Amino acid sequence: MLSIFYQGMLAFNPPQDEIVAELSEIKSKLANVAADSSDAQDLTVRQLELRELQETIDKSFLSKPPAPSAREAGIGPALMGSIWVCAGCTAFFLPLGVGTAIFLEEFKPRNKFLRWLSDMLQLNINNLAGVPSIVYGILGMTVFATMFGLFGSPNEPFFELGTKFKRQYVTEGMQVVFVPVADRDETPTLVDGMTALKSDGSEVKLNIIGDDDDFPEDDATLAVSLFSDSDGGVVAENAWYSFRLPFGRSVLAASMTLMLVILPVVIISTQEALRAVPMSLRQGAQGLGCTPWQTVRNVTLPAAIPGIMTGCILSMSRAIGEAAPILMISGIVAISMGPQHLMDDFSILPLQIYYWAGQPVNDADPFNFQHVAAGAIIVLLLVLFAFNSVAIVLRQIAQKRLS
Amino acid sequence: MKQTLAIFALTIVTCFLTVSTQAQSGLKDLEGTINIDGSSTVAPITIEADAGFRKIAPKVKVPVGVSGTGGGFKRFTKGETDISDASRPIKYKEFESCKANGVSFIEIPVAYDGLTVAVGKSNDFVEQLTVDQLKKIFLADSKDKSFTNAKTWKDIDDSWPATEIKIFSPGTDSGTFDYFKEVVVGKSDASMRADMSVSEDDNVLVQGIAKTEGAIGFFGASYYFANQDKLKGVKIVNPDSGEAVEVSAANIESGVYAPFSRPLFIYVNSKSARRPEVKVFVNYYLDNAPELAAKVKYVGLPKEIGDAAKAHFKTRKVGTHFWEMNNGEPAKREGSLSEVYTVENLLK
Repeated sequence: MLSIFYQGMLAFNPPQDEIVAELSEIKSKLANVAADSSDAQDLTVRQLELRELQETIDKSFLSKPPAPSAREAGIGPALMGSIWVCAGCTAFFLPLGVGTAIFLEEFKPRNKFLRWLSDMLQLNINNLAGVPSIVYGILGMTVFATMFGLFGSPNEPFFELGTKFKRQYVTEGMQVVFVPVADRDETPTLVDGMTALKSDGSEVKLNIIGDDDDFPEDDATLAVSLFSDSDGGVVAENAWYSFRLPFGRSVLAASMTLMLVILPVVIISTQEALRAVPMSLRQGAQGLGCTPWQTVRNVTLPAAIPGIMTGCILSMSRAIGEAAPILMISGIVAISMGPQHLMDDFSILPLQIYYWAGQPVNDADPFNFQHVAAGAIIVLLLVLFAFNSVAIVLRQIAQKRLS
Repeated sequence: MKQTLAIFALTIVTCFLTVSTQAQSGLKDLEGTINIDGSSTVAPITIEADAGFRKIAPKVKVPVGVSGTGGGFKRFTKGETDISDASRPIKYKEFESCKANGVSFIEIPVAYDGLTVAVGKSNDFVEQLTVDQLKKIFLADSKDKSFTNAKTWKDIDDSWPATEIKIFSPGTDSGTFDYFKEVVVGKSDASMRADMSVSEDDNVLVQGIAKTEGAIGFFGASYYFANQDKLKGVKIVNPDSGEAVEVSAANIESGVYAPFSRPLFIYVNSKSARRPEVKVFVNYYLDNAPELAAKVKYVGLPKEIGDAAKAHFKTRKVGTHFWEMNNGEPAKREGSLSEVYTVENLLK
C-alpha cells in the first residue's frame, strides 16, 4: 500500500533526467572546491533550486492525455470520463433505485398472487446483487450499446438527434474545407464557385478542377482547389444534447450498465433504511388521516433520507471503481480528450489503470508505467474518499435537521 | 546590387517558410474520429502514432481500444471500426464475414515482433530448444496416447534434471497465443496443454517465470527486452539452417529468428480510407513506422516492405495476402513476409 503510494506520488513528479544529471554533476564539483569559496556557494544555491524543482508537484498529470511514454502520460480524459459516467449513472439509479425500494417496502400488496409476485421480485433483486459485474457488462453491451441490433449499427443509427454532418475535403493546397450535408451518405456534387466553410467558420469559394482544366499554380488558388471527383469524408458534429438509437459504445450506454450493476445494492440498502423507520411514525401519520403516499412523502422518506443517502453514495463509490463492465462497453485505453456529450467515446480511470499496469516494466528505469498506474490509483482513491466524506457530511446534516 | 540580392534571397526564404508552415497549419483543421480497436500487442505502436499525429491534427480524435486481435476483428468485420490492430493475419472466417458485410480492407504490416520463449535466470541447463522439443513441452497428450507430453525436463533431454515443467502462457484470446499455437501445433490436430498458468497480464508471466523453478513461458519480445535481468531467453533452433538463434532486434529483422518472428498488422477499412483524416493518419503511421516500432521496443520492417505497404495504401489495394483459393478451398499462404506481401497474392 505504502509502496503504491510512493510510486504514485512519482507520477505527479516524474524524475527529469537533466535535473538528476546536473545534481550529480554539482555533487562531484562540490567535492572538489573549497567549502567556503564563492563557487561553492553558487553551486549550493543552484543545488537548492534544482531540488525544489524536483519536488514540485506537476498538476498537469491530471489534465494531460495518455501518451506512449510514461513521463508524458496523464489521466485527463480518463478522469473526465469517470466523472461523466458516474454522474450519468447517478442520474439513473437514484430515482429508479429509491423508487423501487419505496414501492416494494411501503406499498405491499394484499392480494395473495401479487404478494407472491412481490416476494419473487425481492428474491431476484437479492440474487442480482451477487452477480459478477462482467456479466452486467455483456448484458449492457447487448441491451444498451447494440440494442439487440434492432436499430441498425451505431455507425448508421436508426434515430439521431443533435448531429450535424459536413463533408471534409483537403484541397490541393493542403487546406481543410467543409461542405455541410444533410446526412452521412450524401455526397455533394462539386461545382465551380460553390461556397465551402473553413474551420474558423469563414466562407471560401471553391475552385473545382476537372481532368482537362489547367492545374492552378499560385498558392491562393491551390488552397481552394479541389478535383471534381474528390470524395472527402463525412464528419459528424455533435451538439451537447445529441442522442441516438442504439447508444453505441457511449457514455450513456456505460452509465446505464453501471446503473444495472449497483441498482440491486441501492434497492436493498434503501429498503433497509426504510425498514429502520419506526412503525409508530407511519401509524401516527395514518391516524391523522394521511393517505399512504402522503405518509411516505412527509414522514417515512424524510426519516429514512440519511440512511438512503449513505447507501447511494457508497454504491456510487463502487460504480466509479468498476473496470470489468466498461471494458466490455468501451475498451478504449487511449483517447486524447474527455467526452463532450452523452454519445461520445470515452475511457475511465480503472480501465486506464488496468492497461498501464500491464505494460512492460523495466526495473532499471526509475519511472515507468507502473508509476503512472499508481498515480492514477491515488487519484481514484482520493475521488472515493471525497465521495465517502460527502456521504458522512450529508448524513450528519440530515440527521441534525430531523432531531 | 549585393543588398538587393540579399533581400531577394531573404524574400524567397520567407516565402518557403510561410508555405511550409501553411502546409502544416492547413492540416491542423482536420476533424473527425478514427475508431481503432484490436490487439493489445499492436496498441502501443498505434498509441505512439496517435501521439505524433496529434501534433499534426490536434482536433482528430483517435480512441484506441484493446479488445484483442479476435475481438477487434469481430467489430471490424461489422464495419464498426476504421482500423483494426492485429498481431496475426486475418483468419479466413473473419475474412468471409468481412465479405458478407461488404467490408473491404487494406492489409498493412507495420512492424515485426519476436515471440520469446523464456526461462528463469536460475535455470542453467536450457540454452536452446528446437520446435520439436517445444511441441513436447507445450502440446497436450493425444487422445490415442501416441503422443505424451514431457512432465519433467528430463523427459526432453536425459542430461537435464527431473524438475517439473511449469508453463506460463498469455491468454487464449491474444494473438500471441494464436501465433505460438500456429507454429507449435501447425497443421496437426493436436491441442495446447490445458494445465498452463494463463494470464492476460504479461508482467504476471514475467514474474511467474522468474520466480518459479522449472518454469518456461512465452510472450512478446518487448517484455523480454525489458526484463533481461530476470529472465533468460531461450535460443530457438531455426528449422531451415539448424542453427540456434538468439532473440534480438537484428535477428528478428533479418528473418533468421524463425519461426518465432511475426509481423504485426493494421487493417484499414477501405471505405474509411477515403476519409481525409484517416488517410493522413495512416500515411503518418506508415512514414514513421520504423521509428514508432523502435520506440516501443519492436522491430521496424525492412524498407522494401514499408514501401510496398505505402504503395498498397496509396493505390488502395484491398484484400488479404495470406489466403489463397486452392481448388475452391481456402489455404494459408506460406513464406516470409516479403514473399507473401505482393500485389499478385491479393485475395479479394
